[in-house]
Amino acid sequence: METLACIKRVADTGAEIVLTEDKQSVDASAVGYTMGPHEECAIEEAVQVVEEEGGTSTVLSLGPEDVEDQIYEGIGRGADEGIIMETDGEEWGPESTATAIADGVEERDFDLLFFGNESGDNANYQVGIRVAHQLDLPVVTGIKDFDVDGDTAIAKRDVPGGSEVFEVDTPAVITVKEGLNTPRYPSMRSRMQAKKQELEVLDPKDTEDRLQMQELETPEAEDSEAEVLGEGPEAVDNAVEVLEEMEVL
Amino acid sequence: MVLTLIEHGDGEIAETSLEMLTLARDLADQVDEDVSAAMFGGEELAAGLGEYGVDTAYVCGGDLSESYAPEARADALGILMDDLDSAAVIGGGTDTANEVLAHLSAKRDLAMAANTLEVDTDGETCEITRQRWGGSLLEHATMEGETKVFSAPDHELPIEPVGDGEAAVETITPDVDEASFEVAIDRVEEADIEGVPLPEARIVIGGGRGVGGEEDFEQLEELADQFDGATVGATRIAVDEGWVSHDAQIGQTGQKIAPDLYIAAGLSGAVQHWVGAKGSENVLAINTDPEAAIMYKGDYAIVGDLHEVVPELTDAIEAATD
Repeated sequence: METLACIKRVADTGAEIVLTEDKQSVDASAVGYTMGPHEECAIEEAVQVVEEEGGTSTVLSLGPEDVEDQIYEGIGRGADEGIIMETDGEEWGPESTATAIADGVEERDFDLLFFGNESGDNANYQVGIRVAHQLDLPVVTGIKDFDVDGDTAIAKRDVPGGSEVFEVDTPAVITVKEGLNTPRYPSMRSRMQAKKQELEVLDPKDTEDRLQMQELETPEAEDSEAEVLGEGPEAVDNAVEVLEEMEVL
Repeated sequence: MVLTLIEHGDGEIAETSLEMLTLARDLADQVDEDVSAAMFGGEELAAGLGEYGVDTAYVCGGDLSESYAPEARADALGILMDDLDSAAVIGGGTDTANEVLAHLSAKRDLAMAANTLEVDTDGETCEITRQRWGGSLLEHATMEGETKVFSAPDHELPIEPVGDGEAAVETITPDVDEASFEVAIDRVEEADIEGVPLPEARIVIGGGRGVGGEEDFEQLEELADQFDGATVGATRIAVDEGWVSHDAQIGQTGQKIAPDLYIAAGLSGAVQHWVGAKGSENVLAINTDPEAAIMYKGDYAIVGDLHEVVPELTDAIEAATD
């Protein structure tokens, strides 16, 4: 089977999100970039399916030149090939991203196209579904359990009290959520080897987004210092008092 | 017309749909239009939507409501959207609403903005504010296109009853293409879930990196046992380490909680975790680091090693409630 995992790089934020001065993006200069947790699982699934069924797994990302770091990471995690759809660094919205990906992979016979259910930063919830419609493929979303049986993909998603099961014919688009699998971490050796691999560079079809970000804003923090009840085990009497006031005991 | 997608379950309208109606009414007021609702099943609940400003509720029955076929539901919404000459289609903050709306947007070539908090419009261009990073960042954006598609975030907008009238209810059977039913739920498998599910827990005890191991999580379990309706949750790091299952993960890519009390033990309060926990009424942080971010987000704090504090707290609560 030919599998594809489409990933997006996101800032590796910690306790606080810092914006660039022009408020057009998150300032990642101090924290660097990573990929979203859903997409780590997308890569792992694309790799596992090929390990079981044979074929080739490919990692694709649309972004500026240095998004190759995340693609190499995917290769280090076991993917066979990498495709970079290189942009000039401006943010691409969900419509243009989907159109570029669909255009870029249209002529290739991928059997399974994995996406994150929503991106870790912008969470537009639509890129995978738009790609599926442009390629005229079935799509299932929010998947946390996945299996292939011949030409059928068996995909499950969590609902309260159980899971909903979908069965679709391949080729298909599958958008996944963290918890689907346990992504492997690349060894130092596989990381080094990944970087020796040549990536395929595609020029993405550039279309206009009707949703246009103008400016980002960090919401006013509701932070206030917590009332310190004390240090160590001696604090528990105060804590019990507070819990009694809350009427949770 | 502003067309809304109303979801329901267990005999009630979903709260996130009622929250979304607050956004929908505001938008409808701006363009001087009515709010209508599309529902799949739930006819007995439809008239009650008048309380939240819905003028007419259109209820789809049959296959559209009995099975869940997202593309078919999107087609039904699209047919209503055309019939009602809708300026906007809006859904609540669920995966299913976002899925159906994304199908609608893709098939009908419409722009869609998920997690939208505010819309200002002159009737053509919309200026919107939407959440990014689970609400840790706001995006101000413009949106073009004849009909615009939005979803509202979950647990952000207020539910505001506005009237006591009933909505008109019409049962409809939109003529949806059979092919759109191809992807549908084939079956539902029940899972054995122990204890209270995180989103419903009244008390949540959360652990992070500082817990240190699978066995150490038992200390948190023992604390949880002291409360009614308490469940243990965890940060992504604790899940990645294999100390607890992914079902216990709280945060952007895990579950969102809204308990009366969240006891956050040995976790720093990173953005991705906090967006899942910020709905907590009260937060008690237990951390060795008085400068940890959680100490500024929580209401109460104990500075100390959770391995010493938690067992002591468990004993003290047991003594106090005996």
